[in-house]
This record gives sequence, C-alpha cells and structure tokens, in this order.
Amino acid sequence: MIEYIISKYNYWIYIVLMMIGFYAMISKRNLMKKLIGMTIFQTAIILFYISIGVKRDATIPIVPEHSHEAIKALEYVNPLPHVLMLTAIVVMVSTSGVALALLIMIYKRYKTIEEDEILKLRQEAGA
Amino acid sequence: MDIISIRPLLAVLMGMIGAFFILLAGERHKNIREFSTILASVAKFLLVFSMVPFVFEGKTLVYDLITLAPGLLLEFKVDTFGIFFGVLASFLWIITSIYSIGYMRGLQEHAQTRYFFCFAMALSATMGIAFAGNLLTLFIFYEILTITTYPLVVHKETAEAIKAGRKYLVYTLTGGVTILFSIAFTYHLTGSLDFVGGGFLQDHGSKNVLTLLFITFILGFGVKAAIMPLHEWLPTAMIAPIPVSALLHAVAVVKAGVFGCLRVILYVFGPALLHELDLWWMLAYFVSFTIVVSGIFALVQDNLKVRLAFSTINALSIIILGAALLSPSAVKGGILHIANHGFMKITLFFCAGAIYVKTHKEKVSELDGLARQMPFTMGSFAIGAMGLAGIPPICGFISKWYLCLGALEAHEITFLFVLLISAMLDAAYFFPIIYNSLFKRSQEINPTFNEAPWLILVPMLIAAIISIILGIAPDAFVHFFKMAALIGQNTLH
Amino acid sequence: MSHSPILIIIIPLISSFFVPLIGWRKKNLCYPLVVLALFISSILSLYIMGSVITHGSIYYRLGGWEPPWGIEYRIDYLNGFMAVIVSFISFLVAIYSRRSGEQELPDRIVHFYCIFLLLVTGLLGMVVTGDMFNLYVFLEIASLAAYALIAIGEDGALMGSFNYLIMGTIGACFYLLGVGYLYIVTGSLNMNDLSQILPGLYHSRVVRTAFALFIVGLALKMGLFPLHTWLPDAYTHAPSAVSALLASVMSKVSVYIMIRIMFTVFNPYFSIELIPITTMLSWTAGIAILFGEIMAIVQPDLKRMLAYSSVAQIGYIVLGIGLANTMGLTGSLLHVLNHALTKGCLFLGAGAITYRRGTRDIRQLGYLHVEMPFTMAAFTIAALSMIGIPPTCGFFSKYYLILGAIDARQWIWVIILLLSSLLNAIFFFRVIENAYFKPLGVIHESSYDRGEQEEANEVPLGMLIPILALAAAIILTGIFSGKIISTIIQFAIPEGI
Repeated sequence: MIEYIISKYNYWIYIVLMMIGFYAMISKRNLMKKLIGMTIFQTAIILFYISIGVKRDATIPIVPEHSHEAIKALEYVNPLPHVLMLTAIVVMVSTSGVALALLIMIYKRYKTIEEDEILKLRQEAGA
Repeated sequence: MDIISIRPLLAVLMGMIGAFFILLAGERHKNIREFSTILASVAKFLLVFSMVPFVFEGKTLVYDLITLAPGLLLEFKVDTFGIFFGVLASFLWIITSIYSIGYMRGLQEHAQTRYFFCFAMALSATMGIAFAGNLLTLFIFYEILTITTYPLVVHKETAEAIKAGRKYLVYTLTGGVTILFSIAFTYHLTGSLDFVGGGFLQDHGSKNVLTLLFITFILGFGVKAAIMPLHEWLPTAMIAPIPVSALLHAVAVVKAGVFGCLRVILYVFGPALLHELDLWWMLAYFVSFTIVVSGIFALVQDNLKVRLAFSTINALSIIILGAALLSPSAVKGGILHIANHGFMKITLFFCAGAIYVKTHKEKVSELDGLARQMPFTMGSFAIGAMGLAGIPPICGFISKWYLCLGALEAHEITFLFVLLISAMLDAAYFFPIIYNSLFKRSQEINPTFNEAPWLILVPMLIAAIISIILGIAPDAFVHFFKMAALIGQNTLH
Repeated sequence: MSHSPILIIIIPLISSFFVPLIGWRKKNLCYPLVVLALFISSILSLYIMGSVITHGSIYYRLGGWEPPWGIEYRIDYLNGFMAVIVSFISFLVAIYSRRSGEQELPDRIVHFYCIFLLLVTGLLGMVVTGDMFNLYVFLEIASLAAYALIAIGEDGALMGSFNYLIMGTIGACFYLLGVGYLYIVTGSLNMNDLSQILPGLYHSRVVRTAFALFIVGLALKMGLFPLHTWLPDAYTHAPSAVSALLASVMSKVSVYIMIRIMFTVFNPYFSIELIPITTMLSWTAGIAILFGEIMAIVQPDLKRMLAYSSVAQIGYIVLGIGLANTMGLTGSLLHVLNHALTKGCLFLGAGAITYRRGTRDIRQLGYLHVEMPFTMAAFTIAALSMIGIPPTCGFFSKYYLILGAIDARQWIWVIILLLSSLLNAIFFFRVIENAYFKPLGVIHESSYDRGEQEEANEVPLGMLIPILALAAAIILTGIFSGKIISTIIQFAIPEGI
C-alpha cells in the first residue's frame, strides 16, 4: 500500500494541493483567501501536467542537428505538457490579475473583503 | 379531388392584413381604421364564399405553405367542415364589425385600436383553425386565437378584468398544453397528423393508449368548448366588451373548441374506432351532464351576459353530444347547430349590448318593461330565445329536431330526454325575461320609444332575421344544411 | 477565402487590439470598427456554413502543421451552425451596445468595446477549434473577458463577477484536468484523433474520470442546476448588452462543447450505454427547469427573472442531450438557436426598458406599451416564444423535446416540459399584464390619466433595430424551423444516436 502511494507520489501531491485550494475557494469567507485558494488549485494542476511529462534518466528534448543516431523517445522528456503549461500559466496569471483587480474594486467600494460583511452592506443598501 | 389554390391562405391572411392597416391608422384616423375593419371582413367573407362551390363539387382546396418539420406541413385544406365554420365566422365578423363600431363609439371606449387589431387577428386565427389541414396547423392557430383574445378579455383594464384575463389564460393555456401533448403523442403513434374523414388512428396503439389519448384530446379542446368542469373561464370572460362576447365567446373561440373536438371525434379517431373503444357513450354522458347542469346554473344568474354564457355552455355541449352519438342525423343536427346557435346567440348578445349602450343595465331583474322602450331589441331577443328553446319556425328547431332524431337512431332514449330537458330549461331561463320586459312595469324605465343607434340595431336585426330564414329554409344562402349532411356522409362511412 | 475559419477569430482579435489605440485619439471611431469587425465575422460565418452545406466539413490546419501535432480547425454542420449564431447575435448586440453603453458606462466605453471583442473572439474560437487544449485557451479568453465585462456593470456587479470568476475557474480547471487525463492515456489533443483512439480505452478508469471532469466543468460553465449559483447575480448586474450576450450565446457555447465531447470525442455508445450520464443529465435538467421557473416567478427584478429563466432554459437544452435520441437532440439544437434569439431579445428589451424608465421593477412597468410600443411588442413576441406559443420558434423546439421524451418513453419529462410552459406563462404574463393593462407605476402616477394619450418615447433607433431584428428572427425561425432542421440540424446530430 505504502509502495503504491510512494510510487505515484506526484499524483498524491497534486491531489492534496488541489483539495487544499478547493477547500479554500469553497469555504473561506474572506475573498482574498478564496483567491489564494484558487491560485493553489491552479498550481496543483500545473504540477500535475509537468509531472506527467517527466521520464527517469531522460534529457531535454533537443536533437542535435547532424546526429546520425536513431532518436529514442525514451531518452527525452515529453515536451508537450510543459509547453501547454506555459500557455496555462499565462492564462492563470491573467485570471489572478483580473481577480486582484476585482478585489481592489470591491475593497474600494465596500471597504472590506469579508463576504459576509459585503452581503450585509448590500442588504442594508437594498432595504 | 384536390385543387391547389391560394385562396385559403388569403382568407387567413386577410384578417392580418386588416389588422396591420388598423394599427397603421391608429387612433388618429378613426374612420380609416374602422373602414379597414369592414373592408377586411367583407373581403374575407367574399374569399371564403368563393370557395363554397368547389366544396359542393366534391373538391378540396389545398395549399401547402411551408414545411414545419419533416413530414409536417403548415397546410390549409378546405373541406366541407372547414368551409362550414369559415363561412359562418367570416359572415358574422361583418355584422359584428358594424356592431362594434356602433358599440365602441356609443360608449366612447378607450384603446379602440388595440380592440380592433386583436379582433381582426382573432378572426384570422379562426380562419386558420377552420382551414387547417392537420392537427399541428390547427393547434398553431388555436394558440394564436388564445393570445389574441386575451387583450380583449382584459379590455376594461380594471382589477376585475385583469383577474378574468388571468383565469382565461390559465384555463386556455392549460388546455393548449394538453392538446400539444395529445398531438405529440398522436405523431409518435402514427407519424402523421393529417385529418382524414373517418379517422386515421385505427390500428395504431393499444386500447388503453388510445383511450388515454382521446381523454387528453377532449380535455384539451374541452376547455374552449367549455365542457363542465372546464367552463369556469367563460362566465368570467363576460367582462369583455359585448361584441367580443358576441362573436368570440359565442362563436369564434368557443366554437373553435367545439370544432377541435369534432375534428378529433370525426377526423382523427373516427366513428369506427370510437365504437370499438366504447368511448362515444362516455363522452355523450360527460357532455349530457354539462347540458343539464349548465341549464340549471343559467336559471339563477342575474347578470344577463352570464346567463347567456351558461346558455352558450349548454349549446356547445349539445353540439358535441350530436357528434358523440355518431348517428347520421345527430351529426347533421350537431353541426347545423354550430351555425344556428351562432346566429341566435349573436342576436341575444347584440340585444344585451344594445340594452347596455342605451340604459347601462346588465341585470336581468332590471329589464322590466323594457319592451316598450326598445321594442326592436326585445323583439330580436325573443326570436333568439325562442330559437334556442327549439320553437319553430326559428332555426334552433331544425337542429334540435335532427339531434333528437339522431338520439333515436342511436337507440339512446336517455339522450333524447337530455335534449328535451335542456330545451325546457332554455325556455325557463329565457321566457321570464321576455315576459317581464313586456308586461311588468318599472320606475326606472321610460316607456317611450327610445332605441339603440342604427349601427347597433341593423346588425342585430340582420342576425335575428337570418335566424328565422334559416328556420324556414335551412338550405338558404350557402346551403348550411346540405353541408352538414355532406360532413355526416364523409365521416360516418 | 480558404482561410475563413481562422479569419472569423482573427478579425475580432486584431480589432480588439486596435480599439484602445483608436479610442485613445478618437472615441467615436471605436463603434464603427467593432460593428464592422463583427459584421465581417458574421458574413464569414455564413460563408463557412454555406460551404459546409455544399462541400461538407472544412478542415483548416493552423500554420500548416499536420494534425494531431498541429492545431486543426474542423468545421462541420454542428459548429458551423454555432458559429453563425454566435457571430450574428454578437453583431446585433454590438449595434445595440452603443446607446445603452453611453448611458450605463459613459467613460469606459472604449474598454468595453475592447473586451467585448475579446469575448466574441473567445466564443468563436471555442466553436471552431478541433483541439482540446486550444479550446481551453479560448474558453479562458472568453471567461476572462466575461468577468471583466460583468464587473463594469452597476453596483453589485463586482461581487457577481468575483463569484463567477471563482466558479468559472473551477470549471475551467476541471476541463483542463480532463484534457490532461486524456492526454496521459492517449497522447493526443486533437478531437478527431482522440475519437479514434478512445474506443479501445473505454474501460479505463482514467478515461472515465476525464469524462466526469469534463461534464462537471462544463456544467459549471453553462450554469446547469445545481451549479448555477453564480448565474443570477452575474446576469442581473452586468450591463444590459453584456447580459444579453452572455445569456444568449456564452451558455450555448458551453452546451455545444458538452455535445462535442459527449458525442464526438467520446462516441454515443460510451455516453449513452456505458455510463449513466444521460440519466443524470436529464434529472438535473428536469429539476433545473422547475427550479429556475419557480424562482423566476418570485423575482421582482426583470433581469433577475430573466436570469432564472435562463437557468431553466439551459435545463431544456440539457434535457434534450440527456434524452439522447434524434428528436431530443433536434429539439436541443433548435432550442440553442431559439433561446439565443429569444433571450437576446428579452435581455435587450429589458435593457431598453431600463434605459427609459430607470427601473427594472416589474411592478413599475405600467403603461409601457404607450411609451415604448415597439420594444414592448418585441418583448411580447419573445415572451410568447419562451412560453412556447406557435408560430414563434420556442414552440417548435419544445415540440421536438416533447417528441423526444415520448420517443424515449420517459413520461416525467413530458409532464415537466408541459408544466414548464405554464410556469413560463405565469411570469411572462406578469410582465405583459403590468406593461399593457396596468396604470403607470409609482414614478409616473401623477401624470397618469386614462383619457390622455401619452406620447411615445421609444429608445433610440440603434437600440430598437437589434431588438426588432431579433423579434422578427424569432417568428421567421419559427415558421422556417422545418427548413432549418432539414438543411442543417439533421446533419449536425452526431452519428450513432
């Protein structure tokens, strides 16, 4: 059992991280904490992707131009997940950017980033 | 034999074209607006009338407008039954238009543009129902009719009217949804929705399924046909202006429900299947209940229009009873009653309107001695009332005669008694009105001659006179009698 | 013209880059640029649809790279149809946005247009792409633009937008994880390639997990009950043009992706037979319909009412997918179009009402038909379509859905669909009743006099034309629905259903 867990430790780490992030997003009432949770959540997915491209004893996927040896796929890391993650990181950074901008606006408007207090303020304004 | 002709489409569109011009003219050009109403109604009638000879030659005018769904066309088909209903509704629209103008001007009503617009649209929808070649086409126009008559019910814009409008919508939309279910189910069973004289459902589906289908169909169309206990909306809708009650709540809307029921009975299920499923007598008992109970309800109503509404409920069920008996004379009588009741009931409503315009009285108990002030109105009223009670020589007698014959043909004495009781009830709730207006005296009514304006009087008298003519010569004008007989032949093989 | 699949995305994208540059010097030029860009996109999407109908599916290789390594855009009947809907609705909304934007966000109109174009880019990209990861990127472009667009709305939009951001990110991340799982077992990201590799792996737990992640992620994105919590706030407080675009188009694109993944990437055999997903979807959809409509009945705010009605309408579409037979899916796809037109018209109408009246309280809409006769006529037509009154288009999709439910012999959905017509009638007629038959509300009470005819005070033509165009489209689509089905939708239904 232990061996099973250890042999796939990358997946376990990503799952644990993701759940921490997920928990924070769902149950924290402070908007900044939610946002932190979101970042952890996204990072977990990035880790997951990165780890699936890795091979033991493999090198970076650069093939010499005039090499005459046959290319063995086993000797190279799979570059595609990493490339995908470059894009995903960009996306995630912009998401965080938009979220932070929203938070600043929310703070300016309500002078707080506690969800409960904002709800209360809005109810009072509505009533 | 089918002839492709654009006439049915034009007849349907005529109302919409009229409605468009009514909207264009608006409140600013009253005369143009009212002129376009009349013009549209006359044009529509002439178009419909021009199709009558084809039907008697045994031909069917067909026009496929567009494919609504694979295998389903928006299709107009002018058969005998369709033209029967079409001629009736389009002719009554002419006289109601004239009457409407007199009525609306007499009372200086508000929102007249909306009123005339919706009226024209409703008539368009009625033509669509009459000429629909399949169930889906019929349903489309049926729903348009529901929506276009809603503003007419709410016309007064008072809290009470809005409430009545809600009730009307709840009933009719629920009915519509039930019909939609039945149609979808029919399509699922047969893959076709085209009307066929004598039905097309035979051998599709088990006995239980078909029984259920028939019940949902009748419940769906039964809302507009005001079969009890689905009738509640009709007395409530009497809050609408009187021309609306006259044409829509005595002819177009309620008869559309009856028309739908008859289409289902004669053209979807067919007599053979209904005999096989033993459903016809269930329906007959169901409507017999309505016939008797609505007559009793009518006795105690003090509001004249509501009393007329219950009388309408009574007559509608009589028509369905005729079809449900499935014997040649009964079907003939029932269908003939669609037209006869139309003329008589519109006369009665026109009278109620004339009384309202002149004296602002709506209650039966306030009409004492009115015959002296408004002899023509009360005279017409008497004609309509006697006709409904089945007294010759007014046309109601003819249809009831055939209905009674039909009950005998079907060897069902019970329904003969139902018809006779209903005739007696008719007399019981109408004759006191006539008697009181003639012989009683009242402080409030001035016994000098003071009739309603001629725009109201003339349509009323026309309707009353036609009721008598149709009683003496049932085949006059467009041969309603012959048509009814033909419909019977075509469906009851 | 062979580059048209990419051009419909590139044109809005490039324009969104130029909008701030031009807006910096001359604000007035932004609007023509936006409208022009979206107009070209719409024409191109029509051209693409036309060539799909005449020549069959279009394959476009981005940068000339061979699939499955390169990104391939593959357009068949299904996404050609979606592209036409997306581009045309956004074109109409763009026309509308000028005058409503002037009132709702006067100093931010340039930014608004820039992000608006990005949103359309993202949506069109999601529709035309044939690559799973590329789809994720476009999904995020669209979502980020949507968060920003909602946030520039009225008070309360900020919180709505933030909640949407959190939920939307979860949805997108689930989708991304699903792509990762599929990549682990197949090593491919191309949809077509995946569909050929996957059938051998249907019993793998990884594949099934990926499928579950896709469905949940997309359900979040489209606002399917019970994952709809972000939706009412976001739709209510966004600027009216944005609400219209989001409600009519954005949720539909998520629906499209769901159909794509369930029936193209995975085959119908997997989605229908191997796992009970269709049953689950139809149950959630059925509950969504009832829940959304009951919630809509109690809302006093017009836009919030429409938002809850959207929850219900998503239920309709997903119900058709859940029925998973030809009739059901026909109804679903037809409803995608119908709901896009109808909800677009309703939200634009609600925006127009707010523009003139300054309130969205349904009880204060009295005598609106005198003040805004054309808007109200269009609104009424759209409302009738929602209720399902023929000959408006809403009737026909409902008809097919009912047929689908009958074909599947699932009577409960038949009953729910019929019942939902009546529930729809309740809350739409509440609006119609107030607008047509009630005296003016609190605001104008003093000036109300029945005999006196109020002067019409319609919204500017720029706002009115899109509303009327949509209303006309509702009726025309209804009448010509048979034609639409026989030329497009019947071929858009995935094989093997």
